[in-house]
Amino acid sequence: MEAKITNENNFEQCIKCTICTVYCPVTPVRPEYPGPKQAGPDGERLRLKNKYFFDEALKYCLNCKRCDVACPSGVKISDIIQEARIEFSTHGPKLRDRMLASTDFMGTLASPFAPIVNATLPLKPVKAILDGVLGIDHRRTFPKYSGTKFESWFKKNAAGKQAAFKKQIAYFHGCYVNYNYPQLGKDFVTVMNALGYGVNLLDGEKCCGVAMIVNGLTEGAKKHAKHNVKVLQKAVDKDMKVLTTSSTCVLTMRDEYKDLLKIDNSGVRDSLLLATKFIYSLIDTGKVKLAFKKDYKARIAYHTPCHLEKLGWGIFSTSLLKMIPGVEFTMLDSNCCGISGTYGFKKENYEVSQAIGKPLFDQIGRVGPDFVACDCETCKWQIEMSTGFTVKNPISVLAEALDLEATAKLNG
Amino acid sequence: MKFDTIIIGGGLAGLVCGLRLQKNGQKCAVVAAGQNAMHFFSGGFGLLSRLDDGTRVDEPLKAIPSLDAAHPYSKIGAEKIAAYDNEIKALLKEVGIPVEGDATRNRYVISASGALKPAWLTVEDIASVADKTEKIGSKALIINVEGFLDFNTSFIAESLEKRGTACRIAAVTTDEIRRLRQNPSEMRATNIARLLDKEEVRTKLTGAIKALVNDEDCIILPAVFGLKDNAAGHKIAEDLKIKTLFIGTLPPSVPGIRYQMALKTAFEAAGGTFLKGDEAVGAEFDGDKVTAVRTANMGDILLTGENYILASGSYFGHGLISDSEKVYEPVFGADVIFNADRNTWYDKNFFHKQEYIGFGVDTDEKFHVRKEGRSITNLYASGSVLGGFNPLHEGCGAGVALMTAFNITDSILGR
Repeated sequence: MEAKITNENNFEQCIKCTICTVYCPVTPVRPEYPGPKQAGPDGERLRLKNKYFFDEALKYCLNCKRCDVACPSGVKISDIIQEARIEFSTHGPKLRDRMLASTDFMGTLASPFAPIVNATLPLKPVKAILDGVLGIDHRRTFPKYSGTKFESWFKKNAAGKQAAFKKQIAYFHGCYVNYNYPQLGKDFVTVMNALGYGVNLLDGEKCCGVAMIVNGLTEGAKKHAKHNVKVLQKAVDKDMKVLTTSSTCVLTMRDEYKDLLKIDNSGVRDSLLLATKFIYSLIDTGKVKLAFKKDYKARIAYHTPCHLEKLGWGIFSTSLLKMIPGVEFTMLDSNCCGISGTYGFKKENYEVSQAIGKPLFDQIGRVGPDFVACDCETCKWQIEMSTGFTVKNPISVLAEALDLEATAKLNG
Repeated sequence: MKFDTIIIGGGLAGLVCGLRLQKNGQKCAVVAAGQNAMHFFSGGFGLLSRLDDGTRVDEPLKAIPSLDAAHPYSKIGAEKIAAYDNEIKALLKEVGIPVEGDATRNRYVISASGALKPAWLTVEDIASVADKTEKIGSKALIINVEGFLDFNTSFIAESLEKRGTACRIAAVTTDEIRRLRQNPSEMRATNIARLLDKEEVRTKLTGAIKALVNDEDCIILPAVFGLKDNAAGHKIAEDLKIKTLFIGTLPPSVPGIRYQMALKTAFEAAGGTFLKGDEAVGAEFDGDKVTAVRTANMGDILLTGENYILASGSYFGHGLISDSEKVYEPVFGADVIFNADRNTWYDKNFFHKQEYIGFGVDTDEKFHVRKEGRSITNLYASGSVLGGFNPLHEGCGAGVALMTAFNITDSILGR
């Protein structure tokens, strides 16, 4: 079914048309970055001759993949750049990069001490140390850690009830839901249960590995990928789709595993979906029906995360939001918010990160919605910190807007 | 996912089809695998400037009856083309593409190399003349941005001087623009345009240009103004208080990107769905009808419609694919007109007519795509994916895109 050229270095397909350079969010604000054409296919020809041509400035690539989306020739520009970094970079990750990349390790450490960590991180002296010693920018607001992990909440409060549902799906919750924002996971369970689906956690998921990939911890990322493919396969073998509420987790496991880490995910790839895509297709094929609260009203502005643009699945999230009566919907222009995972946390990237996001922040300010909707957790941090507007995942919006009882009856 | 019409391709043909259908009450989806050829827009839409045998055409409308029967224009007919001429201009102006010109006589765009390129419609922010004798001024000051390699001032001066305009060349910059030069490969029209959209940068540049003007009666600038709207271009022309003309740069084309955005924005504002970066990978048929299109990103969710339009472009957009033996159309497996003898595809002289550019999808008189010799009754082909014409040789690429888009949407709307 998939005719797109994937999983190969196809730099020779580049016809030098320059279109990718128009859509790179980095080059306009950081001239030190050689741009996607030079960093990708043009540089690749040279690097293949001699690794001396590798340019450390490739680290400025956000891996937002906007160049891939724009390329008319199907060149996998962002993969060529990331692969070159993996292969040729002689600058190993710093302690700071290791810390930022180890989302689940840091989460495991921080969660039991959440109140202390949450209270300490915003303190000026702590931020000064993070900034001065580690190079984590002091202007950055940290996502809060939750005292109770989502997995613990699920085991205690939800797991027992799931077998009662006729249909079953699996949920890859990701680090953010587990350590920082279990509410999104709870909303997901609420929505899926109302649609008649029981939710199953995987047999011990690990971080998808995206932060390790971009921070140069390739071997660690591969370990996670192998583990995750194994536990995903167990769910797929039970005929379950595996849903996520994070566009980046799903992109990483579907595409980066095979393209960058060279881990075979062919057995699970087609079963890995963003929750909104799965729900949309159930509605589209008449398998489920939604009933909404009569009095729900919200003015929502939707931001498409870069990785969701790459997946091409933004339409499912926006279509679901538009189905809600009482929603006044605004589609925000296609712009990168600038954070790109851990990129914007780094001291050397802070200003560039904010400059990249500025058009988006300005537009949100002009629209003045009740809240912003978005399928990415790091976009959420960036937009909340930079605009003051609350950002909600579409699944949380559904959980708010659905008449849960009536919906459960329709799908019982 | 249900629509009235599914359009494969987000370039000029696809977007105009979508916009026109959407404005007439249809619900459309455009599947666009990557950006399109509008990014190389030279400043003019060509209708017809040369016949197959090489004869120059000054009056396109008059020349249409002499075209081969397989040419898309012959299928539409000169009478309809004359009528579409006005409708197309109205539609383009409505979305913010200020065109000038007429199908009865070609105008000339001053190209990036300074040559005069025939065009049916020209836009206000790229210099053009009504005929080859028209002088743009008696003395021109050609200004480049320092370090910008995609604007050939000497070529332009040489060409203008041949036609009686004395030229002087100079370059200006500002600190902000100079910063871009840290990276010569990204000193591009679009990145310069982003800076010049900022008033403070533009004001500095305007000041620097003003200081250079002696007794010239016109200024020529590269088309690096206004990525989102043309306010920057208008403003600098106004502030310089002297006739100001813009000449296109090497790609990416700032005006082309702006016009493509204008079409896409208008399509979405009319309620259309634009699936960016997705790629149609196959179709399902029931007899002589298409029943669904599959895309790479949608996976098991099929796109279904009453009608389908193939506007996927030629080789550049992967609408046509060539291998060592054949040229084929990858989505629907449409019949493609091409010469089986591969040795005839190319002329070794790069500037001669190249046969392979004339290859494309076979259709009936209504632009229904043929597959294994039979017309698919709800599948149309529009723009450069079509066969029967050579856009480069005949100067008719944009004309075929726009005219077939209007003709096909008329059929779908039952007109």
